[in-house]
Amino acid sequence: MIQEFVSQGLGLLFWNSITFLAVLLILAKFAWKPIMGSIKERENTIADALNAADKAKADIANLQAENEKMLEVARQEREKIVREAQAVANNLVAEAKEKATQESNRLIESAKVIINNEKHAAILEVKNHAAVLSVEIAEMLVRRSLNNDGSQTQLVQEYINEAKMN
Amino acid sequence: MIRIIYIFISIFIFSLSGTYASSEHESANSHEEKFDASSMIRHHIGDSHEWHVFDLGGESYAIPLPIILISDGQLEIFLSSNFVGGHHGPKTYGSYVLDHEKISSTGKVVYDFSITKNVASMFLAVILLLIVMFSVKAGYKANRGKAPKGIQSFFEPVIVYLRDEVAIPNLGHNYAKYMPFLLTIFFFILFNNMLGLIPTGANASGSVYFTIILALITAVVVNFSGKATYWKHIFMPPGVPLWLYPMIVPIEMLGIFTKPFALTIRLFANITAGHIIILSLFSFIFVFNSFAVAVPVAIFATLMTFMELFVAFLQAFIFTMLAALFIGTAVEEHHEEHH
Repeated sequence: MIQEFVSQGLGLLFWNSITFLAVLLILAKFAWKPIMGSIKERENTIADALNAADKAKADIANLQAENEKMLEVARQEREKIVREAQAVANNLVAEAKEKATQESNRLIESAKVIINNEKHAAILEVKNHAAVLSVEIAEMLVRRSLNNDGSQTQLVQEYINEAKMN
Repeated sequence: MIRIIYIFISIFIFSLSGTYASSEHESANSHEEKFDASSMIRHHIGDSHEWHVFDLGGESYAIPLPIILISDGQLEIFLSSNFVGGHHGPKTYGSYVLDHEKISSTGKVVYDFSITKNVASMFLAVILLLIVMFSVKAGYKANRGKAPKGIQSFFEPVIVYLRDEVAIPNLGHNYAKYMPFLLTIFFFILFNNMLGLIPTGANASGSVYFTIILALITAVVVNFSGKATYWKHIFMPPGVPLWLYPMIVPIEMLGIFTKPFALTIRLFANITAGHIIILSLFSFIFVFNSFAVAVPVAIFATLMTFMELFVAFLQAFIFTMLAALFIGTAVEEHHEEHH
């Protein structure tokens, strides 16, 4: 039975085995190997490119984070500088005010002294003038009443004395 | 599922054609030549020593094919057109008699290595396969590192699918070694299936001889790549008590042979069943001898042809998938540790 079965399809059995094996060898060597190699190679290239892109993205993110950090630091620095500058300026103003006050006080003091001195000088002068005036008046009085009794002279003397005491 | 539908439809149609054939037998000779669906179908799904194209005016037009015989150790090569004789009866050439596609010669032992219709169709498929795959390969050379183009972009997804969904899940890190075999078997079956769908084409992949060879080659690959674990599973199944060995070991050994047998029958039956259905549908036209029948038949036959197209891919895929699975179990190592 098996012999009958095999002899019926001997041609196909024979040619099919030979052909299939030949095709297997030919395709394996000249088609599948280069095709699979190319597919693999391209897949690797794509995978590498994707990895590189991911890495670049991560790098950029890092860079951005760093930039942000630097910006933050710079901002803080700036604030600090501004704050310090303000403090210095405030100090300067306060100092200047202090100095100005002191200076004005001093000026006022010295002005007061001068004014006092002037006042004394003026009083002295007035006194001198008064003395001179008095002398002149007295002179005039004296001339008028030389022949007058002594009581008048006495009175003038009294006045002069009084003036001197001032 | 599809196979079950096939079987039911073919049984139904065969019973129809059978009753018709028997009724025809009774009223024999009333008409000169009445249509016999079952013999027509048997003729179309079977192999032939000539490539029959069409009949016209009682004349049969066929492409002659080479006949290669070894009779009593002598090699004889001649064309099938040398056989002369009646349309259906035996034909003769010299001492050779061709009767029902069987060549015999009185008093001689004849081995028939002829390029039959199926062999010729298979050669055609192989030529197509080589042309296609070499142009795909040329595509890879031309578009090195770039996106695939043309025919290359049609086959690349198939190749990548076979690698990623068939080879790697079943074979793991061993996959690269078996890829050429799996790819060749897939496309070899696919191209033969497709050629079988062309009208006047042969039924190479629906021939049991065709599928036997593929299954045997697969079995050889499986058993020759079998590692210690594989053989241990057959002759010393782990986890089985010793008294069960006389029962389990023969069953396991039988498995070596049932696997290729299943591969053989699955492909052969699926492709042949599809052809039988389409041929049966067309037979209706001639059985009823009516144009009214031709319209629904054409619609159903179109639908069936689409289904056949799907089955052509499906069966090539299933054969490859199972081959990968069998190889995978054979090359597996350190299996016991997972028990």
